[in-house]
Amino acid sequence: MAYTVSRRALLKGTLLGAGALAVPAALAAACGSSDKSGGGGTVNKSVTFGSNYSDDVPKKAFADTLAAFDQSKGFTTKINTVDHNSFQENITRYLQGNPDDAFNWFAGFRMRFFAAQGLATPIDDVWDSIGANYSDAFKIASTGDDGKKYFVPFYNYPWALFYRKSLWQAKGYQVPKTIDELRTLGATMKADGLSPIGFADKDGWPAMGTFDQLNMRMNGYDFHIQLMAYKHSWTDPKVKAVFDLWKGLMPLHQAGANGRTWQEAAQDLGAKKSGMYLLGSFVSQQFKGADLDDLDFFAFPEVDSTIGTGAVEAPIDGFMVSKKAKNPDGAKEVLKYLATAQAQNTYLKTDPGDVAANTQADASGYNALQKKAAAFIGGAKQISQFLDRDANPTFASTVMIPALQKFINDSSDIDGLLKSIDSQAKSIYTT
Amino acid sequence: MTSSPLTAAAPATSTSPVGGRRRRRLRRFTRRDVGVLAVLLGIPVALDLALIWATTIASIGLSFTSYNGVTAIKWVGWRNYDQIFTIYEPFWRAVRNNLLWLGTLGLIATPLGLFLAYLLDKNIRLTRVYQSLFYMPVVLSLAVVGFIAQLVYSRDHGALNVLLGRADHPTDWLGDPNINIWAVLVAAIWRHTGYVMVLYLAGLKAVDPALKEAAVIDGANERQVFFQVIFPTLRPINIIVLVITVIEALRAFDIVYAINSGRNGLELLSVLVTQNIVGEASRIGFGSAIAVILLTTSTGFVIAYLTQIVREDRS
Repeated sequence: MAYTVSRRALLKGTLLGAGALAVPAALAAACGSSDKSGGGGTVNKSVTFGSNYSDDVPKKAFADTLAAFDQSKGFTTKINTVDHNSFQENITRYLQGNPDDAFNWFAGFRMRFFAAQGLATPIDDVWDSIGANYSDAFKIASTGDDGKKYFVPFYNYPWALFYRKSLWQAKGYQVPKTIDELRTLGATMKADGLSPIGFADKDGWPAMGTFDQLNMRMNGYDFHIQLMAYKHSWTDPKVKAVFDLWKGLMPLHQAGANGRTWQEAAQDLGAKKSGMYLLGSFVSQQFKGADLDDLDFFAFPEVDSTIGTGAVEAPIDGFMVSKKAKNPDGAKEVLKYLATAQAQNTYLKTDPGDVAANTQADASGYNALQKKAAAFIGGAKQISQFLDRDANPTFASTVMIPALQKFINDSSDIDGLLKSIDSQAKSIYTT
Repeated sequence: MTSSPLTAAAPATSTSPVGGRRRRRLRRFTRRDVGVLAVLLGIPVALDLALIWATTIASIGLSFTSYNGVTAIKWVGWRNYDQIFTIYEPFWRAVRNNLLWLGTLGLIATPLGLFLAYLLDKNIRLTRVYQSLFYMPVVLSLAVVGFIAQLVYSRDHGALNVLLGRADHPTDWLGDPNINIWAVLVAAIWRHTGYVMVLYLAGLKAVDPALKEAAVIDGANERQVFFQVIFPTLRPINIIVLVITVIEALRAFDIVYAINSGRNGLELLSVLVTQNIVGEASRIGFGSAIAVILLTTSTGFVIAYLTQIVREDRS
């Protein structure tokens, strides 16, 4: 008898144990949704912020920036930082689930897409008070397809050809103004034992930057943006000409790009193994102290004199308010602050690669590179964002990355490549 | 197991002086047992239905839509499948790579594991040290194996090019799409061999030494003993190893994802599912269609395996 009783007790215990395991699982879903009602609306000055500034330096810079705001305005802002890549990959689920009041995001198609899906709150009232801080190019970049504003620009950074001044002085290299001069310079560098143009595409996206530059120099900004929106076919002879031009330049690029990360290529530039490197100014993250002072850049040279070099690629990072925000009014106040010159200066003090989006930001704290970048962007006739921000992101990641990597491996079959890109683009853009 | 409380209870109650209560008691216990069992079985069955079957059926349903995670679900029939087979370039490379994975694990890693197990079973000196060494990679997650592979294979900074004296004309082990799959497969073999070895080692320990002795007395040489006596008795292990190898080949993911997100020659079906479904403007319908193709393939292997098991149980 005693034996059986202890068995029951054991079974009972097991049952409880199983229940204890199962119940939290069942509750987890419920908790997720019940959270939403808590802590909202009533407390006006409590705002949550979804941030993808996950690297140490920008993370601290952003925390400092918001802390300054909290102190002066009596707000309580809570930053939920998520790893950069995970944040981007999960953005759809994030915005539909239980998003923070405001979140970090990018201008361009990427912003317009989520605005069009109704996942963002229009913030024209914010722009009524911050509009004077921004140039027209930034206003356009913050506007959704429906003409409403959805985005507050924080900073941006230019893409250009970076080089080390000391190396170029020692070898007597001159900044090339045209594509022919670039070819000649490249040949000289090759003879000097350098990789003329540093190149890395293991991450998949850096080669998009090269395509953007070549396409904008050859076919102009308008054609480029229309191509990104698939208003032109990828089999257009104008696109083929871009790839032909690139193919001709390929021998000047550092070999083995598909096995190299941009950080490695940046280190090769730092070690004076590469003559120059086409990348965003965040390349400066890999340079410190005297090496950083030695870093300089120039615009991608002219390909067609009738088109010139007026188009600059300068992706804008900034903020949006989510549709499901519990405290949209508080979030808007935070965004108004982040649009000020003061906030952007606070942030950029610790981030040497970027330039404030606010035209009134104090440039005196900039290093030489930032000053030049600010002037470079300021002088731009048109500003593009980047292939994966100007085009449909699905197209960019699932079609363009494999296609460009294939082109880097073997540039012989351009027609076949473009045909494949075009048929996949059609299937994605017309869905 | 489930019937043991009953049989244990029956003799205990039969000695009870109150005979009339015996039956009632027994029945009450039975009902409680049934209740307990229903709950204990019910929870896993419910979880299984909700987490496996419901999601599977949802995936199949979504694979016929153009759902992107936000807008309304739109029915598109077989279009996703049509596009995967015709214009989606990475698909056939992924199929080829999965087959290569299966072939290499099955034809190289598995025999190698069996070979090592056979040697270690002979109780050679330091056998435990060797066992630990060969088994070590199994303990490492494939993502870690991926990082180790990067350290070894990196074109500019990797150890392999230096060891081969190719630092001046480096081979791009991970960037060249004709080479990188083989480089990665070496890492996968390294890991799978240890896994198979441990399974076979356990199997070999269970082989009756008398069988071997009898064969030797009958004049069989080592090779004959192995192929005609030992290997056939390992049949249950062989099936397990076969299934594990197929599963490993179909679910391979983390090592290529750690290296270059599974692109540029390292495409795998599992990676394509992830790339399409996880993303900003997710192509959930399209990704689901690839997942269904992967599911259909796996189901083929599962059915073959179950048929085998059932047949064995009968005999």
